[in-house]
Amino acid sequence: MTPPATVKARSTVLVLAVLVLLGGSLGYVLHARERGGGPRLVAAEASFTLNEPGLYYRDGATGRVARTPGAPDGPSCARFYAAGERALCLRALPGTPARTQAVVYDRAFTELRTVTVPGIPNRARVSPSGQVLSWTTFAVGDSYAASGFSTRTSILDLRTGYLVKSIEEIPLTVGGSRYHAADVNYWGVNFAADDNRFYATVATGGRTHLVEGDLGAWSARTLRENVECPSLSPDGTRIAFKKKVSEDPAAPWRLYVLDLADLREHPTAESHSVDDQAAWLDDATLGYALPAREGKGGDLWSVPADGSGAPRLLVPGGSSPVAVAPAAVPPADAPAPPR
Amino acid sequence: MMYLATTGRRPDAPPRPAGVGRRVPGTVVALGAVSLVTDVSSEMVTAVLPLYLVLGLGLSPLQFGFLDGLFNGATALVRLLGGRLADRGGGRHRTVAGAGYLLSALSRLGLLLAGGAAGGIAAALAADRLGKGVRTAPRDALITLSAPPEALGRAFGVHRAMDTTGALLGPLVAFVVLWATADAYDAVFVVSFATGLLGVLVLLLFVPAGAAPIRTAPIRTAPARPVPARTPMPVAAAPKPARPKHRPLRDPVFRRVTAAAALLGAATVGDSFLYLLLQRGLDLSPMLFPLLPLGAAACYLLLAVPAGRLADRTGRRTPFLLGHGALLAAYLTLLAPLGRATAVVVLVLLGVFYAATDGVLMALAGPVLPAEGRAGGLAVLQTGQALARLVGAAGFGVAWTWWGPRPALLAAALALAAALAAAWRILPGRNTP
Repeated sequence: MTPPATVKARSTVLVLAVLVLLGGSLGYVLHARERGGGPRLVAAEASFTLNEPGLYYRDGATGRVARTPGAPDGPSCARFYAAGERALCLRALPGTPARTQAVVYDRAFTELRTVTVPGIPNRARVSPSGQVLSWTTFAVGDSYAASGFSTRTSILDLRTGYLVKSIEEIPLTVGGSRYHAADVNYWGVNFAADDNRFYATVATGGRTHLVEGDLGAWSARTLRENVECPSLSPDGTRIAFKKKVSEDPAAPWRLYVLDLADLREHPTAESHSVDDQAAWLDDATLGYALPAREGKGGDLWSVPADGSGAPRLLVPGGSSPVAVAPAAVPPADAPAPPR
Repeated sequence: MMYLATTGRRPDAPPRPAGVGRRVPGTVVALGAVSLVTDVSSEMVTAVLPLYLVLGLGLSPLQFGFLDGLFNGATALVRLLGGRLADRGGGRHRTVAGAGYLLSALSRLGLLLAGGAAGGIAAALAADRLGKGVRTAPRDALITLSAPPEALGRAFGVHRAMDTTGALLGPLVAFVVLWATADAYDAVFVVSFATGLLGVLVLLLFVPAGAAPIRTAPIRTAPARPVPARTPMPVAAAPKPARPKHRPLRDPVFRRVTAAAALLGAATVGDSFLYLLLQRGLDLSPMLFPLLPLGAAACYLLLAVPAGRLADRTGRRTPFLLGHGALLAAYLTLLAPLGRATAVVVLVLLGVFYAATDGVLMALAGPVLPAEGRAGGLAVLQTGQALARLVGAAGFGVAWTWWGPRPALLAAALALAAALAAAWRILPGRNTP
């Protein structure tokens, strides 16, 4: 194509093109607006509480929290977890740049506290007592690490109200000596029953480690290499985690369980690559999401923790599983038990 | 287009030799407009892509990282290829650059049509990277061929200022589209596609197909004065038939420019490290973190044209070295006790660094190369600098791990000072006023 001779002719072509392209863009934007863009964030129905013990999860079709069996009447959450008297919901706020809202609920899904952090929702955990919460977002835009992968993990202590927005500067000991690096990334924090000791993954220099942290002393040390997304068992003796077993980017991980007493590990019967922080449904069973066979989202599966048995499909389209125990203290409107 | 009206008319501007327009050539402004529009198009996609892939499609961060990092290394090679292709057959710059712009624009349609298929998305991202790699060197070569050598600094300043404007506007447009459509990512891709097409169209309509024939001869009066002074250039004879293969690194003057740029590049730690040091030192809210690169880009935008004019007046060597001096000053500022003002000072120094080095290096190297080997030569220079910077950033990461941030930064400052001293000796044009 040779440009038309005169500036006037070229300008006319340009103006026409701008009008056509602008009109087309505007038309599509209006169409998308009419169609109603992405999913909206909704609150839980009044009838939906955590007082009913059972398996709670995120329903992929609606993006809301559900209980089996039952309708997804919970709040809209990208990640969900609950323990003790508290539930934690991570939701992606609309628009750019990516922001995550971490919402703390009580058992009746009353909002107790809301924290907004940058990044995309990734992991959420609540300590067994419900007093200490932690979450991880996948941060974009500050990919100073070579891989362009960066996480930001926060800890919220409800006893003091103290919030650590990013734990990446916690003094870290690797192999017995103090460690410094620009590329440390933490994710998948979860707390033990004492609300102080925690486990997490730290990644640095292309490797991942299991770290044991101390909230009160504000320190962390590595225990073992190649452990991601640790999940402490209810009895506090074992850690379920994903172990990198292959360089194949399509299927890098397997679901393993580590015995904390002797640091011996064994694989579970799940043969697919698991990219999730598994949840203990009871002392012997793990729940986790696997990518759906077809299309978007994932399905919820379970497998025995001791390496026996076979995986079982729990909920098609489910993710973020959590087994909610009966309330430790009765709801406020119930009469107090005699002491 | 505004530069046509506002630049080059200052009454105190030095008198220009006859025959050289005071205005920035229309082709340069057109190329700037193409870059502006294209950057709006590509930056709006960059702003939403992670959200789309991870939230919209449910990809894991690892898969995202894999897709994102894919072909990043190949871009350097593609750039060399783009330069070569543009030179072959003499002056196919517009065609090659246009193909690159078109490929990137079409890649938005690929994102749209891929739906959730990872393979389709990977292919679309690859096409975008390919387009980006191919077009850079021919475009910069076109700028050097379209502006008089003695006004190249300003020409590149105008181009880079427009380019940066687009990069700043892109995320804003994405924000507006997402706001208007309640997070319909496909609408962002459609608008980006339309914007990208507009860029291609501006290129076809307002950038002439053949390079201006007046300045096709290499500027080399004498080895000691390879950088053009402000003296009028004698109009060169008709260009010789294109040599089939020009090997830019055989040329001692160009080799010295490339060596200096690579040496300085290897002593550059990477902006993200500086932002990280700022954030940690000031305990900056993570919400404010994205504003740091924005601040530096805004300074770059404001200073690109003045720095280019200065380069034309003093010779490009001086601003290029001074710009790296500004980077050194930024390192030293970060080593001093940090305060609120530190952030501002560091961001301004980074802006000065980019304004005084990025386009200025092209203006410095362009006239050294013969017209028929210009795109290929600039591609070699850009690739060499980019690879050296990668090495520098990786080395700084290792130093940080071994010694901690402050000693690492001190080492980087020493390395940059040494590289500056070496570049001062290596870089041609020391005798130029």
